[in-house]
Amino acid sequence: MDPQEESVASPASEPRKQKKKKVLLMGKSGSGKSSMRSIIFSNYVAKDTRRLGATIDVDLSHVKFLGNLTLNLWDCGGQDAFMENYLSQQRAHVFSNVGVLIYVFDIESRDFDRDLLTYRSIIAALSQFSPSASVYILIHKMDLVVPTQREDIYNDRVTLIQSKSDNFAATPFATSIWDQSLYKAWAEIIHDLVPNLDKIETHLGRLGAIIMAEEILLFERSSFLVVSSWASSIGKQNPTTDRFERLSNIIKNFKQTTSRYTGLPKSSEQFVLMEMKLQTFSMFVIKFTTNTYLAVVLPPGETTFNCAMENCYIARTEFEDLDSPAKKSADRGATTSGATTSAET
Amino acid sequence: MNLLQNGRRRSKQDGTYNGPARQGPVRHISTASLSLERVYEQNRAIAQKKDAATAPAPAPGPAAKGKPRLLLMGQRRSGKSSISSVVFHKMPPNETLFLESTARVQKDSMQWVPKNENIYNMLMGGYSSFMDFQVWDFPGQIDFMDPTFNLDAIFGEIGALIWVIDAQDDYLEAVNRLNFTVLNLQPNYPNVNVEVFIHKVDGLSDDFRLDIQRDIMQRIQDELSDNGVENAPINFHLTSIYDHSIFEAFSKVIQKLIPHLPTLEALLNNLCRASGFEKAYLFDVLSKIYIATDSSPVDMPSYEICSDYIDVIVDISEIYGWARPKEYIESLEGPPWNHKLEDQVACKDAESCIVLSDGRRPIMLREVNKYLALVMVGKEGSYSKMCVITENVNATVGGLLKAFEITKARK
Repeated sequence: MDPQEESVASPASEPRKQKKKKVLLMGKSGSGKSSMRSIIFSNYVAKDTRRLGATIDVDLSHVKFLGNLTLNLWDCGGQDAFMENYLSQQRAHVFSNVGVLIYVFDIESRDFDRDLLTYRSIIAALSQFSPSASVYILIHKMDLVVPTQREDIYNDRVTLIQSKSDNFAATPFATSIWDQSLYKAWAEIIHDLVPNLDKIETHLGRLGAIIMAEEILLFERSSFLVVSSWASSIGKQNPTTDRFERLSNIIKNFKQTTSRYTGLPKSSEQFVLMEMKLQTFSMFVIKFTTNTYLAVVLPPGETTFNCAMENCYIARTEFEDLDSPAKKSADRGATTSGATTSAET
Repeated sequence: MNLLQNGRRRSKQDGTYNGPARQGPVRHISTASLSLERVYEQNRAIAQKKDAATAPAPAPGPAAKGKPRLLLMGQRRSGKSSISSVVFHKMPPNETLFLESTARVQKDSMQWVPKNENIYNMLMGGYSSFMDFQVWDFPGQIDFMDPTFNLDAIFGEIGALIWVIDAQDDYLEAVNRLNFTVLNLQPNYPNVNVEVFIHKVDGLSDDFRLDIQRDIMQRIQDELSDNGVENAPINFHLTSIYDHSIFEAFSKVIQKLIPHLPTLEALLNNLCRASGFEKAYLFDVLSKIYIATDSSPVDMPSYEICSDYIDVIVDISEIYGWARPKEYIESLEGPPWNHKLEDQVACKDAESCIVLSDGRRPIMLREVNKYLALVMVGKEGSYSKMCVITENVNATVGGLLKAFEITKARK
């Protein structure tokens, strides 16, 4: 990490503004909005969502993310009466300053045309008040469709919906709470929201090159979504393409067990360090900055492993700065030199 | 194939069960595993010496190739097939709803062959378990006391008889049949362990569970002592397939069939004392049944977290355990290291450790051989002494392997 380039592009040099993104979660009643929100942000398991009742009006929640990003999540109850209310009386209140609209379609819906109609009017309201918002459409409950037909039905729906999306470039995802597809969708949505992400990514890349990692993943602390990742030329050859989602899923499930064991609430952090040394690879997951965990996949070898872990701890201060830029660290020069020397030993 | 190193190539996440269809006995001989078969033969030889008249004769028939056998019996619809599917075939518990009722005796070998993916695995012939035994799922509606049945073929080599009782149903008839069975078996096969699984207790409150257990125990003991059978080897377990209790019960059943259990336990006790572990389990990785544990009482939470931790390792190794290209490996073995990759690692077997935030409590996992893994829960704050602890674990693993080696040599 070159200190000079650092000072030029330092996030600390920009005036800091409150980064609050308004995220609207909308869709027909019973399409699974609250279920997915609970799984991603409140550490529910898929089975637990049966307990959830209908959302009345708007359920507001604030989710803290890295880089001073606070998601202002509006979970909007989807019953027709509420929908009409959003579109008429509360129109300006709901649709102004929207950063992201996530619209959930139920694949099993009987009356798809009517869903489309509602979607049209929501899009119209959005283009009126916040034309710069990004739109994501989730085709949900994909598990209910026969696997062979999934692709066709999904493509069908997506083309139809996209044709009704006006000027918005709606990004589609097929999701289900019963597998890792939900994590994939949300990880990409979050990925687009995180500020100074490109900077985090270049830093990850440099760290990865220094410690000779195969892959580095940055997880958000409580949702365990992959915020950013880097892979070496070898790491990119990994045949498992859905590995990020799967890792999120595996670790989140294990957090349920640990929380049963320790008695700590599910939302709190459960572990500080995990290391694995197998024949083909070694890996560690460490608590990294305030809001993140770092997972590093390495080739086997005791020296490589220990050096990499040490270096990651050293790099921690650097990333802490990017995570919550409010505090400017003073000893930046020291960290850089420390990182390179220990890599050489 | 090694489960810890390569994963089980099955996605647990989407819940699809693509394990094998229930299959007939597949003979799998492995050199590395201690086979219970041998042990059984030894026991039988000893029993024969002691009492030539009562010792069971080796049962005939191709299915009875001398593997110790677990016999699952009980009333129909009490959950026998569900138990064997969940424990030995990793079927998700809620899918057992769709199991057909069993019409014939189902003979299962404890082996798991992945159906799809990866030629790499197929070459190795699938995974197998440490425990080389058969599970016979016995249909509830069959009256095995029928003279057409060859009693010797059924009970001849039995390791344990597991009697499943549905706790949510009227169990009087089941108890009567169990008594009848035990009374019939006692004269000829007095060494058979009878394990009663009081099953489907997930829907019952704790108090009610204990009440039922007491009631069933009472009825069985009364009936047996009325008929002059005292101290019959009957044990009771409260089980459910929706939590870990069924694995725990099976662990206890299987531990009784392991002859050098005291040795293993002593080794684990030593390890716990020396390294400050609260609990140590020796797991069979595939079935997640524990073969041995230290002598402190087993608590469910620590068993759960240990067995789930194995899952985590297996799942992650499934993602990252792919075969790297040769050039890459060569470049890693070249300068500046100039060592073979095997020599760069301290321990050739899988090692893993997770440190919980709660009091920095470490949980350690260490592969013992192809089938077994040692999982330990440490005391708070013992992570700082990790180097010493790793050395202790190493020594223990060496001891365990030696213990298996000795039983093998005695063959």
